[in-house]
Parts: sequence; C-alpha cells; structure tokens
Amino acid sequence: MDQENKKITRKITKTDIQQFLLRGRAFIALILVFIVFSAMSPQFLSTGNLVIMSKHVAINALLAIGMTFVILTGGIDLSVGSIVGMTAMIAGGLINEGIILPQLGVIVYPHTWMIIVLSLIVGTLMGAISGFVITRFNVAPFIATLGMLYVARGIAGLRNNGYTFPNLIGRPEFGNTGFPILGAGNFLGINYSIWLMIALTIIAYIITTRLPFGRHVYAVGGNERAAELSGVRISRTKVLVYSISGFCSALVGLIIASQLVAAHPATGESFELNAIAAVVLGGTSLAGGRGSMGGTLIGAFVIGVLGDGLVMMGVSSFWQKVIKGAVIVLAVIIDQVQARMQERIALQQQQIIK
Amino acid sequence: MSEMNAIQELQPTPEENIFFNDIILKAEKITKIFPGTVALENVTYNVYKGKVNVLIGENGAGKSTLMKILAGVEQPSDGRVLLDGHEILLHSPLDAAKLGIGIIYQELNLCSNLSVVDNIFLAREVVQNGWIDKKDQVKKAVEMINRLEQKIDPNAMVSELRIGQQQIIEIAKALIQDVRILIMDEPTSALSAAEVEILFRVIRELKAQGVSIIYISHKLEELLQIGDIITVLRDGRKVAEEEAAKVSVSWLIEKMVGRNPAALFTRKERELGDVLLKVENLTAPRLGGGFVLDHVSFELRKGEILGFYGLMGAGRSDLVDCLAGMHLQSSGKIWLDGAPVTSKTISERINRGFVLVPEDRQRYGLVQSLSVMDNMLLASLKKYIKRVFLNKKKEKTATEQQVKDLSIRVASIRQPITSLSGGNQQKVVVAKGLLTKPKVLLLDEPTRGIDVGAKSEIFELMNRLASQNYGVIFVSSELKEILAMSDRIIVMSKGAITGEFSHKEATEEKLVTASAFGHSPSNGGNNHGSGK
Repeated sequence: MDQENKKITRKITKTDIQQFLLRGRAFIALILVFIVFSAMSPQFLSTGNLVIMSKHVAINALLAIGMTFVILTGGIDLSVGSIVGMTAMIAGGLINEGIILPQLGVIVYPHTWMIIVLSLIVGTLMGAISGFVITRFNVAPFIATLGMLYVARGIAGLRNNGYTFPNLIGRPEFGNTGFPILGAGNFLGINYSIWLMIALTIIAYIITTRLPFGRHVYAVGGNERAAELSGVRISRTKVLVYSISGFCSALVGLIIASQLVAAHPATGESFELNAIAAVVLGGTSLAGGRGSMGGTLIGAFVIGVLGDGLVMMGVSSFWQKVIKGAVIVLAVIIDQVQARMQERIALQQQQIIK
Repeated sequence: MSEMNAIQELQPTPEENIFFNDIILKAEKITKIFPGTVALENVTYNVYKGKVNVLIGENGAGKSTLMKILAGVEQPSDGRVLLDGHEILLHSPLDAAKLGIGIIYQELNLCSNLSVVDNIFLAREVVQNGWIDKKDQVKKAVEMINRLEQKIDPNAMVSELRIGQQQIIEIAKALIQDVRILIMDEPTSALSAAEVEILFRVIRELKAQGVSIIYISHKLEELLQIGDIITVLRDGRKVAEEEAAKVSVSWLIEKMVGRNPAALFTRKERELGDVLLKVENLTAPRLGGGFVLDHVSFELRKGEILGFYGLMGAGRSDLVDCLAGMHLQSSGKIWLDGAPVTSKTISERINRGFVLVPEDRQRYGLVQSLSVMDNMLLASLKKYIKRVFLNKKKEKTATEQQVKDLSIRVASIRQPITSLSGGNQQKVVVAKGLLTKPKVLLLDEPTRGIDVGAKSEIFELMNRLASQNYGVIFVSSELKEILAMSDRIIVMSKGAITGEFSHKEATEEKLVTASAFGHSPSNGGNNHGSGK
C-alpha cells in the first residue's frame, strides 16, 4: 500500500515536469530562438536591433491581443489587417484633407488627438458590426469577418482612389501637427508603440483574469450553451470581443501611419494571419475557452523574432515562410499533445479521489 | 464481493452447460473510464445465440456504455470483445456493422435534415455503378415499414415525424442490415402499447431466424415478457446473470438497486407555504404543427417538491426550459410571489429567481475547460465584485462554502471540472444554481447518470432546500424516484398535463396510465389541457 502510494507520487512529479515543459513551450521556444540567433549573428543582441525588433513585435502583439479575446470565445477575426489599413487611411485623410462640410462651404481640420479618437472609434465600430452580424444573424465568424476584410479594404482604397496620403505632418495653422510623434516618440528611451503593447497586455490580462467579462469570454468559448444557461449574455460578450479586436486594429493602423508619416491603402495586408499565428503559438486553443494573454505576448515575440532573425541571417524570404509555417503547425501539434495529457492526468486524479 | 460469489453459486453448473453453451458474443473483463466516471469496471457480458438477452440496471449503471462498446462507438479502456470465440477489434460502428452487429440507440440518432429513406440507408446506401439506387432503396424501405405495420411516407423528412415514428425508423434502420446481433437500447421508451406489441412480434420473428438480441429497458414487466436471459449491472459492475423464467420483478429490483429501494430516498413531511409560482396557459408551438407545451397551468408552493413525470418528448423538459427563459416564442402567464414575470431572457429570469439544473450536464451544465470554482461561480459573478474587479477572496469563500454545504468531493477548487465524478459534477451545477439565490429550482433529471450514493445525496439536498422554503420542480423519468420524492406529481403527455396526484394518491400505475394518455389510437383530442 505504502509502496503504491509512493509510486503514484513519483509518477505525478514526472508528469508534472512534462506538463511544465509543455505549458512553457512558447517561452522555451523564445529562449531557443534568441540563443540560436545571437550565436549566429553578432549584431542580433545589439540595442539597436532589439529596439527595432520590439517595434515590429509591438504591431503584431497589439493585433494578437485583440485576436486573443475573439479566439477565446471560439471565434476568429479575419478583418484586422483591413481595419488597420482603413483606419490608417481615415487618419491620413483627416490630417491632409480634413472634414469637408459642403453645405457650409468650409473644411474642418480636427485636432490630432481628435483624429486619433475618431479613428479608434471607427475601428471599434467596424469590429462591433462584425460582432453584430455574427450574433444577430447567426453568421459564422469566419464568413462575417471575411466579408469585413473585403469591405474595410475596399473603403481604404476608396478613401483616396487607391492613392497614398503622404507627409502626414499636419500644418501649424490648422493645429493638427504632431501625428508622427505617436510612431517616433520615446518615453524613457523606449518607443511609444512598445509602451502601448506593454500597457495593453497588462490591461487585457486584468480583463481576462479579474473582470466578470473576462470570465464570460472563457465560458462562452468553453461551452456556449452552458454559459447561456448560467445567464451569460452571449451576444453582448461576442460583440464586445470583436469591438476590442477592432479597437486594437485601429490602434495599429494609427501607429503604422504615424511611423511611416504616410497612409497607404494596402497597409496591414495579411496581418491577420500573423496575429492568429501569435495567438495559436501562445497556446490559445482555436476551439475557444483555453489560452492566456501572456501566452499571446510570447507568441508574438516568437513570430517577430523569428522573422527578423531570419532576415538578419540572410535566409531567403521563401524559406522564411516555410519555417514560419512549420513552427506554427508544430506549436499546435504540441498543444494537442498537452491537451491529451491533461485529460489523462484529470482521469488519474479522479481515480485517486475515488 | 461476497455477493458476487453467492450469485455464482446460485447457478447450477450442469444446467449452465446445457442452456448456456451457445455464446455468440462475449465482452470480456471490460473496463471503461470517462472523464467524470468509471462507467464499467471489469464486466464480462455474454450474449447467447438466438435469445433475447436482457440487460438491466439503473440509470448510470453502465448499460448504454457497454452497448456502445459492443457497437464500436466507444473503445474500452481495458478488456476485449470476442465474437464466436475470436477476438474482434471494433474501432467504429462500421466495423461492428460489417460483423453483423446492429444497434438501436436510446437517444434517437437520426439526421433530421434527411428523409426517412436516406436515414434508413445512411452509410449503407444501395449503390449501382457508383450511383445511389434510389428506387431500390425506397422499395426496400417501404417493405421494412410495412413489416413494422406502419404508415410512414418513405420520402418524408424525419423532422416531420413524431417521436414514436422516429423510433420506428431507428428500428427499421437497424433491421435493414442483415444483423446477427441486434442491440436495442430502450426501444420502447417512446412507443405506444400497440407499437410495442408490433415490436415484440418482430423480435420473436428475428429470434426464430437465429438473430441474437440484446435488449435494454427500464420496464421490468416488459423485460420478463420478452426476455430469455437477464443480466444485471449495478454501478458499472455485473451483479447477476439468470434465466428470465426463474426470476421475478422483485428479484430484479433487489439486484438492480442492491439494497432496499425505499431506504434510498426518504422524503420528509413538510408544511407547505404560500403559492410561490403560478403558471397559467403556458403554451409553446412545435415546429411543424402541434404544441411542445399545450396550455399548461399549475401552481407551486413554497417548500414544495413538485414532480413532473412523462414519457420522452412529453414536454417536461420544455416546461422547465421555458420557465428558465429559453423558449422565446412561448406565450402564457407566470407569477412569482404574486408578481407577474415578463422577462424573456435567461439572465433576467435568473435575476428573478429561476434557476435551471439542465438535463444534459455535459452539454448545458458545465464549461469543461474551466475549473471547479469558475464553473460554480459563473452564474453569480456579479456578487464577487469589489469596485470593478472580481475579488479572489470572496470567490474563494463562496466556493468553499458550497463545497462544504453540498459535500462536494474535490482535491482543490481549482482542479479541472472534468476530473470530478459525475455525481460531484452534478453537485457543482446545483451549487452554481444555488449561488444565484434562486426562489424556484428547476431540476431536470438531476440524478441521470450518477451513482446511487450521489443520488441519495442529491435527494437529501432536495429535501433540505424544500425545507428552506425553496420551490423545487423535479423532472424525472424514474418512477420510483419521483414517487418517493415529490409532494405532488404532475404527469404530462404530448405537451399537456394529463394527471395530477398528491403524494398519497400517486401509484406507478396511475402515473404510467396518465403518461400514455393521447398515445393510444383513440386520442380524445386536446380537451385535457385545462390543468388544475
């Protein structure tokens, strides 16, 4: 009897280690990527390179944070890249052309901060529309956001007939200068976009762990019917998560337009795929209900560092794609292995309690 | 353990050799573990050739699981299956079908979006040169339907058929294959008496053709009428195997329950309070005509356990779903504590004091990816907010209180919900409901699929809640449970109330008669819907 007990304990510790390794896989992958690249390329760990990499990561991470909310509910948002482009064009247009009021024959140039707020509102609304279509008309998230992908990209092109809004510096006489600061500005020597990534990750973490809304997000993704019967307002929760994703996309659109000091209608093309990849790499289940913000952040870093590292090493862009694809699928395979193992552990626990 | 030895001694070995020599299918030392329960533990089950092999046991005894293993739907965690003495591996229902094992499931497994013919020939379509031979299929389907003495249009959509007819189609689907072994998992639960007679005639025909039948049912008299050999399962273990001719109903009950059934559920006499819930003319239409709920009216008092009995599809579950706010298109009036209830959404109903413990725990009761604590608090999260954030301490206190009150056996409140046994999972669902501070508890089959010990704990809990002035609505298909626990029993059939009995008046016969109302050919129409 005693011996048996001992055996059980030893077995659990072994599986515990396996579990630990599997759970922390994204982080381990990140460390591995760092070690490999810094060994192969001396400039890799230079401050300049780290800052540039972090800026790249921030773009994807911000999108991935919004995407995590959506995927946690069991949905998907394909429209994020297009909304990035659309909000960039809207902000660019507002700076360069202002709002034309034909009845009054005047052109209103809003303040820069108003432009930012307006763009964020538009992005959030686009997300909310996706959420509304999904919940009200029972359209599959894939289809609804695919539609939004085209619509938003189309609007981005329509805004200036497919042309770029260049030179978004505003004019002092209109009081709309200062837009480039968002992309170029630093605080404590660190770019604003990186600060935004840190802030949003913390906020998203708190939302998912400490607010009823966050719990509802997990419950909806885990078992929608059970959540509904528990009184969770499914439609509201879903509209909110798509709105959050839209908000994050708008923020990214603004950052990119500001960094480039120009708004191009093709901005953000295929960004949605990078964001989904980061979320999945971070251990969030596409079926919903399982995952975390911390994981997503690490996932975004793995994707970003992998991309930049391969560029620095001079790997051809075709090979980069092959490697990226393989890493993503591998991550999901490991995820499945872990899920199955967790189930087995649950069964063991149950027998022990019995 | 000693009991099992005793049973083996009961069976004289010489006779066993004469009578039991023809085992066609043998499930040997089968163990099956599910997340949440050990469904089968070292069960050896024999199927005799050309006999009606009856398998009985309480809900959750493991009958359906054993059948699913024999039909290739589930794979055993341990043990093997022998056909004619050779080990067979059943990875899918198709494997079983190829070996001549057919199954009629307890839950209807028809595709409601397909026609009767398409359903009957699903996955075994009659094919000619790669094309489906529709004509031949229809011809064969009509033959089969005629053999079952039914008038069903083979091209009708299954969704348009009533439950009893669907069950007939399910039977036809199994019979259309050339089966050597036919498993029938509660085939009569939705059939009228006349239809049961037809089914029994078909069973006898099949037997004469040498088909071995495995027959599962809860209707004990029926079993003794049709069965040849009876095997009893209890809590996932085999407790007896005996010839049907040698046993009686009381023997069956004793073996199934394993102890005096009366001791399991003890109802306490209580003083009933004022009217808590009043329902008037609650009506919900059914897709394709008729009613899911047909002008249902009743009252529930404080401290009362009101039982609802009926056959499958009688509308009991729809009634509690409706009260919980699920049927949007329902009409009728509801009063709670004298004030009308007008809210339509589930969350508003929860705020008003209705809470549903749903019938299907896994699908509707639990979020499998969350922990015990998160599941338990899901419906009442608002109560643990401090300023804007959820307060960990409040959450923990509330959970631990419920774990103690309902004696839920957990190692940690943060462990995954799937690691609990079925009974404990059910208690978590109940706890989730109680934390919303309800007035009316709607318990839909709260004892389904949980072991006997957990059952009696659930009953004890029901008693306690009733004595704390909750109103309890208790839906169950288990005659014994409903008779023992309810202060009053309402019987439903086809969406309408067809009988109401006080605890003293109620008997099994009365309930069964009332539940069959409207199922006989001489259906008197809808004049029974006025309620009381």
